[in-house]
Amino acid sequence: MTTPASEAPVSPRSEYEFGFHDDVEALVKLPKGLSREVVNTISDIKEEPEWMRKLRLKALDHFNARPMPEWGGDLSDIDFNDIHYYVRATDRDESAWEDVPDYIKDTYDKLGIPEAEKQGLLAGVGAQYDSEVVYHNIREDLEEKGVLFLGTDQALREYPDLVKEYFTTVIPPNDNKFAALNTAVWSGGSFIYVPPGVHVDIPLQAYFRINSEDMGQFERTLIIADEGSQIHYVEGCTAPIYSSDSLHSAVVEIICKAGSNVRYTTIQNWSNNVYNLVTKRATAYRDAVMTWVDGNLGSKLTMKYPAVYLMEPGAHGEVLSIASAGQGQQLDAGAKIVHAAPNTTSVITSKSLSMDGGRSSYRGLLKVYDGADGCRSNVRCDALMLDEHSRSDTYPVMEIDEKKVDIGHEATVSKVGDEQLFYLMARGLSEEEATKMIVNGFVEPIIKSLPLEYAVEMNRLIELQMEGSIG
Amino acid sequence: MTATPPLFEIDDLRVSVADKQIVNGLTLSLRPGEVHAIMGPNGSGKSTLANSLMGHPRYTVTGGDVRLQGESVAEMAPDERARAGLFLAFQYPTDIPGVSMINFLRRAMSARRGEEIPVREFRQVLNDVLGRLQMDEQFVRRYVNDGFSGGEKKRAEILQLGLLQPLVAVMDETDSGLDIDALRIVSEGINTFHSDDNAILLITHYQRILRYVQPDHVHVLIGGRIVESGDASLAEVLERDGYEPFMERTSEGVLTS
Repeated sequence: MTTPASEAPVSPRSEYEFGFHDDVEALVKLPKGLSREVVNTISDIKEEPEWMRKLRLKALDHFNARPMPEWGGDLSDIDFNDIHYYVRATDRDESAWEDVPDYIKDTYDKLGIPEAEKQGLLAGVGAQYDSEVVYHNIREDLEEKGVLFLGTDQALREYPDLVKEYFTTVIPPNDNKFAALNTAVWSGGSFIYVPPGVHVDIPLQAYFRINSEDMGQFERTLIIADEGSQIHYVEGCTAPIYSSDSLHSAVVEIICKAGSNVRYTTIQNWSNNVYNLVTKRATAYRDAVMTWVDGNLGSKLTMKYPAVYLMEPGAHGEVLSIASAGQGQQLDAGAKIVHAAPNTTSVITSKSLSMDGGRSSYRGLLKVYDGADGCRSNVRCDALMLDEHSRSDTYPVMEIDEKKVDIGHEATVSKVGDEQLFYLMARGLSEEEATKMIVNGFVEPIIKSLPLEYAVEMNRLIELQMEGSIG
Repeated sequence: MTATPPLFEIDDLRVSVADKQIVNGLTLSLRPGEVHAIMGPNGSGKSTLANSLMGHPRYTVTGGDVRLQGESVAEMAPDERARAGLFLAFQYPTDIPGVSMINFLRRAMSARRGEEIPVREFRQVLNDVLGRLQMDEQFVRRYVNDGFSGGEKKRAEILQLGLLQPLVAVMDETDSGLDIDALRIVSEGINTFHSDDNAILLITHYQRILRYVQPDHVHVLIGGRIVESGDASLAEVLERDGYEPFMERTSEGVLTS
C-alpha cells in the first residue's frame, strides 16, 4: 500500500467485533486505479456478452463526466486511483458449503452465517467475499417452484435474456456518479426471480464481506418479483478494520410487479473505514407492496436513500430506517418515495441515533406528481442524541404537485432526557441500563418490524455501539 | 414508644436548586411501621424535598444527611438508593415511549433484588398486585406512562410500589389529580403495601388522602423547614384554618437558617 486514502486517523469502534481480516493471497487482483482497460479486463475475466461490456464502458464515461456530489457527506478524501476495483479470492461460486475454501468458510463461521442456514431459518443463502460471490444456495422446494437465487454474474451467464430485460431499467447508468461507477465495474451481488404467485415465506439472505485492503466492492443486485409473488431478502455486511479506507458502492434494483410483496432488509455493519455510497430503488406496480428496512450502524460515511417509485394505482411503498452513528461516523440516510400514479400510499419512518461525537442525518424526498390524486403519505422522522457533542440533522423535502392528497409529516429531535434517566434510575436501573432502555424504546417501532432473529441482532449491535459511548 | 431504631432519618437537610436554598435544615425520623405526612402550601419545598431524597441530579444537598437503616444515602446515585430500599412515587411520572411497562417492571424488580427474577414468579407477583389495584392485565403491555391519564400514571406508581417492596416510600403528591374513586384505590394500594417493616412519608398539599391513609405523625412544612408537628388531628386543624396561621411562625426560622 502506497499512500493512504485518508490522512485522518481511523477511529475504529473499539467494540467492533468483525474487524479481523484473513491473510489471503488473492487469485486475481487488478492493479489500483480506474480506466477503460480495467473495465475491459473485468468484462474479459467474466467472459461477458458484448452488450454488457458496452454498457460498462458507457457508464464509465458517465462516471468521468459527472462531478463529485457536494451535498451529504465529505467525499473529497476518496481517491479513485487508490482503489482495487476487482479482487477475486477464489475461482468458483459454490453451491455446496463444503466446497468453499476453508479460509473463507472460517470467516463466515466467525460471522455465524452457515449456522442460520443449517437451522432452517433461511430459505437460501448467498455470500460475497470481496468482488465475487463465493456461495449461493437455495432450498430445493423453492428451486422446483422456479425461484432463482444466484450471483448476478452467474445469472448473466445462465439467464442472459432475463438479466438484459431488467438490468439498469430501474436505475439507469447515468442516474448518479456512484451508480455510474457501479455499472462500470460491478461484480457480484444477488439475482432473484420469483415466478408469479410463488410465496417465499422465510427470508433469503446474502452476506457481503470486504476482506482486502484498499478495495472497492461494487455488487449489483437485481430482484424481480413477478405478479402476486412474495419475497423477503436480507443482507448483512462487515469488513476488517484497516488504516486506510475502502469503498462500497452497490446498486440494488427491484421490480415489484402487480400484486407482489417485496421486503428488503439491510443490516449494515461495515467497519469505520468504509465509504458506503449505495443506490437502492424499487418500482412498484398495481397493488404491489415494497418495503425497505434499512439498518445502518457501521461505515465512516454512509449516503443511502432507498427509493420506491409507485407506478400504478394501489401500489404501496414503505421505508423503515434506523441509523446509529458513533465516534468518527457520519450516516446520511433516508428515503425517497415518488407517487407517480393515483391512489398510491406510502409511509416513511426514520429513527436516527447519534452518540460519542457521531453525526446522523435524515434526508428524504417525497414527490407527488400532478394527477396522482388520492395519494396518502405519512412521514415521521425522529432523532435522538445521547450526548452534547453528537449531531443530528433532518432534511425532509416534499414536492407535492397535486392538490387532492393526504400528506402527514412529523419530525422530532431530542436528547436522552435527564427526567427519563432519573425516573428509570429511581427504580434501580443503572445509568447504562437506563440509557439502553431509552434507546431501545426509541428504535422499537422499527425493530418490531424485523423478523425475531434480526431484531435481536440489531438490538445487540446498537448496544455494542453504545458500550463505548456511555461513561 | 418503643426503642426501635429509626428506619429513615433526615438530619438537618439543606437543599438548593440553581443556587437557591429551598430546604432549610429539615429533620425528621421514621420508625418501622410508621406513616408520616408532610403537609405544606405551594412553594414550601415539598417537591424539592421528595426529589432530593431520591438523589435527583438537579438538586444539590448543601448540608445535613439522609440515612436509611443507619447508613448515609446522601452521596448515592438514585439507582443505588432504589436498590437499598428507597422509593419515590413521582408527582409527574415521565413517559418512556417504546419501552413496555412489563419489560420495565421486570428490570426494576430484578435490580431491586440484585438478581434476575424468574419469569413465572414475576408473572405471579405482577398479576397479584394488578388485581389488587383493579388494573387490567393489558395495562402492562403499554409503553411506560406513554399516553396514560393522570389517574393511570398514579396507579402505575402504586403498582411499582407494590412490586418493588421498598423499606421507605416517599409519596410526592400522589393524591393530586385523582378523582374520588381513583383516590380510594390508590390509598388502598398504599395501605396494602404498608407493614410493620416499612415506613411511608406522604408529601401532600391537601388533607383528603389522609382520610384513607392514616398518618401517625403530621408535619407542617413552610419555607423549607418543619414548623409544627403533631398527630393526625393536626391535619384537621390545617383543613379548618389553612396554612395561614403557621406562615407567621416561619419567617424568623427562615431568616436564621
